[in-house]
Amino acid sequence: MSTNLVRTMVVIGALAFLGLGLSLPWLKTPAIFVLSYGLAALGVVVMLRGGQISFGHAMYACIAGYTVAFLQRAHPELDGLVLIIAGMVVATLAGGIIGVFVVRYRAIFFGMLNLALSMVLFSLLAKMYEISGGTDGLRIDRPTLAGITFDRSGYESALLIGSLVAAIFCGWLVQRYFRSAAGEALAGIKTNEARLEYLGLSARRILWSGYVISAALVGLSGALFALVQGLVTPEMGYWLRSGEFVFIAILGGSVHAIGAFMGAIVFTVIKLGAAAFLTGVWQMLLGITLIVVILAAPTGIAGLLRIGTRRAPEGGAR
Amino acid sequence: MSALVRTEKLSLAFGGVVAADAIDFELQAGERLAVIGANGAGKTTFINIVTGFLKPTSGRIFIDGKDVTALDPRRIVRLGVGRSFQLPQLFLEHTVRQCLELAIVGKAGRLGFFRSLSAQADQKEIDHTMELVGLRERADDLASSLPEGQRKLLDVAMALTLRPKLLIMDEPTSGVASEDKHDLMAAVMRALSEREVTSWFVEHDVDIVTQYATRVAAWISGKIAADGPPDQVLADPTVKREVLGVA
Repeated sequence: MSTNLVRTMVVIGALAFLGLGLSLPWLKTPAIFVLSYGLAALGVVVMLRGGQISFGHAMYACIAGYTVAFLQRAHPELDGLVLIIAGMVVATLAGGIIGVFVVRYRAIFFGMLNLALSMVLFSLLAKMYEISGGTDGLRIDRPTLAGITFDRSGYESALLIGSLVAAIFCGWLVQRYFRSAAGEALAGIKTNEARLEYLGLSARRILWSGYVISAALVGLSGALFALVQGLVTPEMGYWLRSGEFVFIAILGGSVHAIGAFMGAIVFTVIKLGAAAFLTGVWQMLLGITLIVVILAAPTGIAGLLRIGTRRAPEGGAR
Repeated sequence: MSALVRTEKLSLAFGGVVAADAIDFELQAGERLAVIGANGAGKTTFINIVTGFLKPTSGRIFIDGKDVTALDPRRIVRLGVGRSFQLPQLFLEHTVRQCLELAIVGKAGRLGFFRSLSAQADQKEIDHTMELVGLRERADDLASSLPEGQRKLLDVAMALTLRPKLLIMDEPTSGVASEDKHDLMAAVMRALSEREVTSWFVEHDVDIVTQYATRVAAWISGKIAADGPPDQVLADPTVKREVLGVA
């Protein structure tokens, strides 16, 4: 029942994104932002499955975004798809290297260490004006996509479709990962790391794998964000952005990959809606929303809808 | 033939407190060793040292003749040493079956990223293990929903799934209602016998010790005060006075 519900929601959501995005041009960019934020929150959700919260994961979006910008400066002819893949690969490699160090820590130390590293990156980018453009950032020209040169509207439509495909594919892959041996072992870190070691498994290696996957997802999000915004700034890696990713992840819940995208939709609707109609108090609305979610639905929106139950279905095979 | 477990002058001190005092110990394959001793005598500390959780201040540990003194728990498990705990160490947000699946996949040492855990694990082996310890009916229940006795059984079952040569159990019957203790031990011992697993368990209940152990070692203040057949050790005047609390 849960699987059917998810499939139905994905189909309805995808059609709604395409329908609204393509028929209302002003909605294209917010829709891509939602998908980009959803991918980043999905990365944070991977860490939440292992019982860890990172307050610095926006650094991987930032790394991917600047990779896109630097690469385009060096090779203006590069296709948008190549730039996205390159941004994601560099963020993944960075996650692999940084992960070796940070997975030694747990709980608040893990969270704050990630935050500290992201702030070092933020400061470097803000200060190294000659290379990074400082706080003004770097502009990204509209590249070709799959070899096709689009006008602005077509470019945004193509990015929307591409982001949607990427979101569905990544959500599916991550959900497979959650149900795999590696994913279930990651969830085991949350409840009993010592037992994992006494089963002959390395909790550190399991967490590292999850960390690299999460960096890749946030990197993909950052590359998409950079291309749709046409600009990268150090703000992409600021701790407030990381906080937004955590907010969305908690809002959507970590019981199922789809939660990250549900959280991103609700977050964006509240943020944009409140900014339009309740100027000046949108942060308060977000705060109240988070309080309500934590008190009334600690497993997030996905948990509230009973998606992704931990109990195995009949027969035990899933 | 070398002993399954051997320690040489194994010592560990926490500041001024000596938890293990130059312990020379041997366990042969096939033995059922019961370790008795008052709280704080160093029984669990000794297990923690042998299984790699604590590093000794001095001395050496050998498993099957191999020096494992510097190894971590993960590597010692891979040499065939399983362990259950005084407080069952379970994955509380997983079902009974999933806990065992993780154990069986952990034994293989390869964690797939794409195939589901249930598809990767040998379900026949899991069903058989659950049958052995009497958890078949609870297969799809969360570990957190089990009563203490069944948690203990699951803890043992996870260790058994690793197909160890030796299973070390720290107080397998503590926290279990006295009328259920024998049923629990009978289930555990049945499983151990079927798989020809050498066992070493810490126990306070003398009835359990006399019924299931072939050898008893009494711990007093970080030392083995008596070691031998159950009737001999339990009749030792020092053991009676210091461990059993009888005159």
